[in-house]
Formats: sequence, structure tokens, C-alpha cells
Amino acid sequence: MTGSSNDVAVAGVGMHPWGKWGRSFVTYGVHAARAALADADIPWSDVDLVVGGETVRNGYGGYVAGATFAQALGWNGARVATSYAACATGAQALDTARARILAGMCEVALVVGADTTPKGFLAPNAGERWDDPDWLRFRLLGMTNPAYFALYARRRMDLFGATQADFAQVKVKNARHGLHNPYARYRKEVSVEDVLASAVVSDPLHLLDICATSDGAAAVVLTSVDYARRHGLDSPVRVKAVSTVTPTFPHTVLDMPNLSTDSSAVTGVPERTFKESIGRAAYEEAGIGPEDVDVAEVYDLSTALELDWIEDLALCGRGEAEVLLRAGDTTLGGRIPVNPSGGLACFGEAVPAQALAQVCELTWQLRGRAEGRQVEGARVGITANQGLFGHGSSVLLAV
Amino acid sequence: MTAPAIEGWFTTGADPALLGTRCTTCTTVFFPKADGFCRNPACAGETFEEVALSRRGVVWSYTDAQYQPPPPYIPASDPYEPFALAAVELPEGLVVLGQVARGYGVADLRVGQEAELVVETLYTDESGDRTIWRWLPLTSGHLTELGEEADQ
Repeated sequence: MTGSSNDVAVAGVGMHPWGKWGRSFVTYGVHAARAALADADIPWSDVDLVVGGETVRNGYGGYVAGATFAQALGWNGARVATSYAACATGAQALDTARARILAGMCEVALVVGADTTPKGFLAPNAGERWDDPDWLRFRLLGMTNPAYFALYARRRMDLFGATQADFAQVKVKNARHGLHNPYARYRKEVSVEDVLASAVVSDPLHLLDICATSDGAAAVVLTSVDYARRHGLDSPVRVKAVSTVTPTFPHTVLDMPNLSTDSSAVTGVPERTFKESIGRAAYEEAGIGPEDVDVAEVYDLSTALELDWIEDLALCGRGEAEVLLRAGDTTLGGRIPVNPSGGLACFGEAVPAQALAQVCELTWQLRGRAEGRQVEGARVGITANQGLFGHGSSVLLAV
Repeated sequence: MTAPAIEGWFTTGADPALLGTRCTTCTTVFFPKADGFCRNPACAGETFEEVALSRRGVVWSYTDAQYQPPPPYIPASDPYEPFALAAVELPEGLVVLGQVARGYGVADLRVGQEAELVVETLYTDESGDRTIWRWLPLTSGHLTELGEEADQ
């Protein structure tokens, strides 16, 4: 892949293993940050920007900010920024770092996302908030996150003929992918029967179709291509695009945590859905098409959502993801492996770290160093995710 | 005393309906109510009129809640009884989420079928029944007792 003036280099990546460790998010973040700096062989003193991924889900120990990590690593005078974009937080933090590097305002940026999550359903903050859709959806409807995932899953069944066994097969695939990933929380083979025998949470989704919430941390060291070259990195993995687009009115796909969609009656339905536009913006920015992609890390909050994302990223046509799945195309060794890391199925979600974890995995894949789960010959990788409140991201990486 | 669980979102009585607002400039409809400024990016409208939405629409998708949702959800019964949820697309061009009418489950629903708005009790507190809008499946196939399906 030839370089462009809008590239930045991924000099180093690092993670703290996902799990339920019962420690502070700061501990995980510092672990991941030090791992990324060691991977880059760059001293902390060279870092001139720290960007932290933040989460607004409160009620648990700790508020996350860039400065939290900068202080924990030992104040070095670096500039600091903090990003919040729900599940896309990590990618937005990465974009902030990238923009300052491309503007010539810094050379070495450390991006950190870390989280400690509560058990069970993610619930809104305490207190009565009658103007907050995230509070109202629970009070008025009892509408949990898995219930939204289930709405999307059911549409695949009624419109495209997907089955619960298809969804289970996504879990089987991802469980197998994650078996040898040292950062994955769940490293155990799962059968279709296991998934179908687990309790139904929100029909048609079983417990094993839905990702858990986890503690974890991921960090990325970004540098200018010039700094990378001076540092002896001649062909680093490069960030070719970061898409953090918002929806286009009218946003007609029902989105967590909303109780309704925009009306399309006056303006008509937009050409692309929000999720389609996220990937498209990344492709356009990079000048790379879906046909060039070798590997994808997508946000499988549920098994069925992985299938949605494969289509949203234009890796196949609408309604065709089950065909790819059944043919083994999305498995390691297949035409377009999806979630070689094991995905959220093996990790569980650590919100502000997750989009960065996707970038870590693709970096290892593009370096050819993803031991036990390598996509052979991978040169181009794409990530995708979507979070609450109109946030979403897609990062395109190439080597 | 019976009263809506949230004030001003729907009418009660024989033919209940959701209450939204319509931008008087571009006529785009919003539910829940928008006011102050129109969210259509091509419109600078700042005045709205209240409008009752169509009572019938087409099911966009559906599911259920087999585990008791966390607070601020207030369970209607102890032990917890699962309920179904549906997203229904109205002729006004928007999709509105709601619980499904009592006694109906996912087996009674299909994407594309018609549903009609009803008002039922969501929970009961010290001052009486709190009501909410729900979607009643029309042309439903077979009826199922949702509670019996979900006993795990």
C-alpha cells in the first residue's frame, strides 16, 4: 500500500487482558500504555500528547480522563485531551491524536482506553430524568440493550431467512478465533447446541448470543510518518482513515437508547443508513474499497449484529451475510475473516477501550504477528462500531 | 386514580393516540414531542403544533424481555412476568417503540403485520394505576401465554 500525506504511523499497541479483575481502570490503562510504549520502543518522555477515552456511565469506581493516565504514568508535560463517543470513544480519541499529528502540532501521541464495568444489564445513572431517553426507555418500556439487539436480529430472520442456528454459528466461529488470543476473556470452544441451550434473554437471542461487559484496556502509540522513519520504522502499519460521522437526517433505523426514529415523510429515506455511512466515509477517505479489505474487526454486541456489520461495510450485499457465514468465508482461512481476535464474543465489552482493541488486533494482523489467529497475507483491515447518541466509527489500517 | 405514566405523550379514552408535534414550517412530525427548533437540517422552523399520530402502523421488528429489566423499570408483578416489545412504523414515516399488549408474545408477531395502539396499565403505585401506550397485533396468528413460554 503506498503512503499518503494523510497517513500516520501505528508505532506501538498494547492491551491489558479483558476479564473481571476487580481493580481500578487506571491500573489497566497504565498496563496497556506501558505495553504500547514498549512495543513501539519509544520512551514515555517522547510522548507529547495523551488522549484518554472517557465513559459517562457512572455509578462505579472512577471517572476516566486523559489526565488520569498522564498523571499515573508520571507527569511529563504532554498536552492532554479526553474523548467521549460511547462505543466509538477509542476511535474518536485516535482521531484527535491523528489530527494533531497531521496538523504538525505533535509527533508522538499515546491513546488510552480503559474501563471497569458493573455486572449485569447496563443501566442508566440513578435519579429521575424525565427528559433523558436513556432513562425513559427503562422506566416506560423496560427496554434493555439486548432488546435492541434482538430487534435487529429478528429483522434478519423475518426479512432474510436467518435462523437462530446461524446466529449461534457466529458465536462458534468467534469462540474458535479467540482460543489463542492471550487478551481474550473467554477462551473456550462453544457449540451451536451450547448457544441454543442457553437461556433466551430477548427472543430470538440467547445468553451466549450477547456479549458480556468486561474490565480491560487498550493503548495505541501514534506518530508522524516522519518520526517513525527517524525511529527506524520504515514500513509501519498506517492509519489510512478514521470515520466518526454522525447520522444524516432522517435517521430511520431505531437506535439505542431512543424510543422512536426520525420521520422520513417530508424528506424521504436517505440513500444510506447511519451504519452504512460509517464504513463508506472510511473507504472514501482512504481511497480504498471493500474489495481491498483482507480482515475486519466489527462490533458483535450480539452475534446477529456481526452479520449486519458485514453488510454495512459492503463486504457483501444486503441479506447475504448468512451465505458468507455458512460457506466459511468469514472464518480464519476463509475469503474475508471477520473478528479474528474472537470479537466481543470472547472479550466482552469494555466501552472506552473497545474501539482501540480493534485497532490493536488489526495492527498485529497487518504485521503478521497474530499468533494462532493470523489472517495470512493481510494488508488492509477495517474496524466498525456504533454506540449511543449518534456515535460510531470505522478505522481503516494498511501496511 | 388512573393516570398516564408520563404526562402529555398520549391520549386515553376510546381511541387513544400518541401525541407528537409537527413543525409548522416543514410539516415534519416528531415523537416524542420536539419544540424550540426543528431537527430537519433543511428547516429553520421554531414553531410546532401538537398532533395525534396514526393509531395503526406496520411492525418493523419485535422481541421480548425474559429477564426483569433493571431500575428505573418498575415491575408490574412479583414474580416478574415477561412481556413483549414491538417497534411499529407509522404512516407519518417514523418508527415508535412500545410494549406489546398484555397477553401477546413474539409468536403473535411478524415483521410487516399491522398493529394498533392501545393504552394499558404499566404499573401500580400508591396513587393508582400508571398507564402506557402499547401495540396490539392485528391479524395475529396463534395466541400464546408469554408467561408460560419463559419459565427459566
